[in-house]
Amino acid sequence: MGAVVGTLRTAPQRWLARACAAYVELFRNIPLLVQMFLWFFVLPELLPERLGDAMKQMPPPWSSYVPAVLCLGIYMSVRIAEQVRAGIQSLPRGQSLAGTALGLTLAQTYRHVLLPMTFRIILPPLTSEFMNTIKNSAVALTIGLLELTGRARAMQEFSFQVFEAFAAATLIYLVVNVVVVFGMRRVERSVRVPGYIGATAAVQTGH
Amino acid sequence: MFAGFDFDVIERSLPYLFREGMVFTVTLTALAMTGGIVFGTALAMMRLATSAALAPLVWLAGAYVNLMRALPLVLVIFWFYFLVPWIGGWLIGARQTIQVGAFWSAVITFTMFEAAYYCEIMRAGIQSVSRGQQSAGYALGLNYWRTMGHVVLPQAFRNMLPVLLTQTVILFQDTSLVYVISATDFLGAAAKVANRDHRLVEMYLFAALVYLVVSYVASRYVGRLQARLAVIR
Repeated sequence: MGAVVGTLRTAPQRWLARACAAYVELFRNIPLLVQMFLWFFVLPELLPERLGDAMKQMPPPWSSYVPAVLCLGIYMSVRIAEQVRAGIQSLPRGQSLAGTALGLTLAQTYRHVLLPMTFRIILPPLTSEFMNTIKNSAVALTIGLLELTGRARAMQEFSFQVFEAFAAATLIYLVVNVVVVFGMRRVERSVRVPGYIGATAAVQTGH
Repeated sequence: MFAGFDFDVIERSLPYLFREGMVFTVTLTALAMTGGIVFGTALAMMRLATSAALAPLVWLAGAYVNLMRALPLVLVIFWFYFLVPWIGGWLIGARQTIQVGAFWSAVITFTMFEAAYYCEIMRAGIQSVSRGQQSAGYALGLNYWRTMGHVVLPQAFRNMLPVLLTQTVILFQDTSLVYVISATDFLGAAAKVANRDHRLVEMYLFAALVYLVVSYVASRYVGRLQARLAVIR
């Protein structure tokens, strides 16, 4: 989703770029927790009755798992879209001109020239978005999904071992982070274009 | 689809939502922003210290920032919710833990958490000021603190103002997570009314709309500010 929306935001068709910009603004300016509630509590009520009931009656983990996945997916897609757009816009104009000069159509230029380069440039910010996704999944505990933080919280309520429960969760998050960082570094090395120094990433905001 | 809507419940709860909820959210955002920027700038200065004697400080600040940035905010909120009474009790030497309300617990949490993010922004900001500026400060006979206070930091703040404000808009949205410790911020107030009157759809949609409008207007303002600052530089 993020790749598609981000790419379309740079499309020459104005209305398409606008629609994608609206999508980005909509999902970026509502807190994740509120979006979580919208997917979990509000959406089933607004859908046609049978579909809504089917959503509510899914067996336990799924009834909150599916909304959580949809919510996180869309929320993060907006941030990926921003990265992709920034990546495409950071390419020198010569790249797309060269594509046109070779007789490629617009779609082919994107497919073979612009996007392969873009994804290499935005790999470092994508790594942090990857970690953000993991961190943001903790918000799903508010709709009753027992993910890592939720489990730690449940453990603590069950056994009153506050420090042990949260320390365990903290450690696991740290390990996951390290694994992601090293994994992504390997990916970066393996897809590197020789002799090309990636654009320095802009300062990142967000969590 | 809006036929079964009860707009009345929103209208009835407006004073509660804004006077209790929004005031909580905005105060929390303002306090956490101020505290976070001050503490974050201190952390950034620690991380950028060059003298060998300060090496442990550099390491400590780096470890703190990386730890905070690796953890989900929800987990950090839980941590501080339980830790702050302990640490507070320990600080004043009391035998038991002290009572800390949800509000102050939230203020401390968000200040400490956002400081890590503001630190990285300020670090980039300080680095964006060319080294010559610092040398010029020293050449004028200013000491480290005066060079920082009068020469480097004002420029760093100016360069990073849009990013700092963007982070604050994110902070404003993130304050909604105090929901997990049952504080009555804007979303908490909306959730309470929603559950009391069983009007989840209306209240959550309304809350989403308010957050959308506030954040959108704020980020548009930041965008304009960025354009204005960019021209001068």
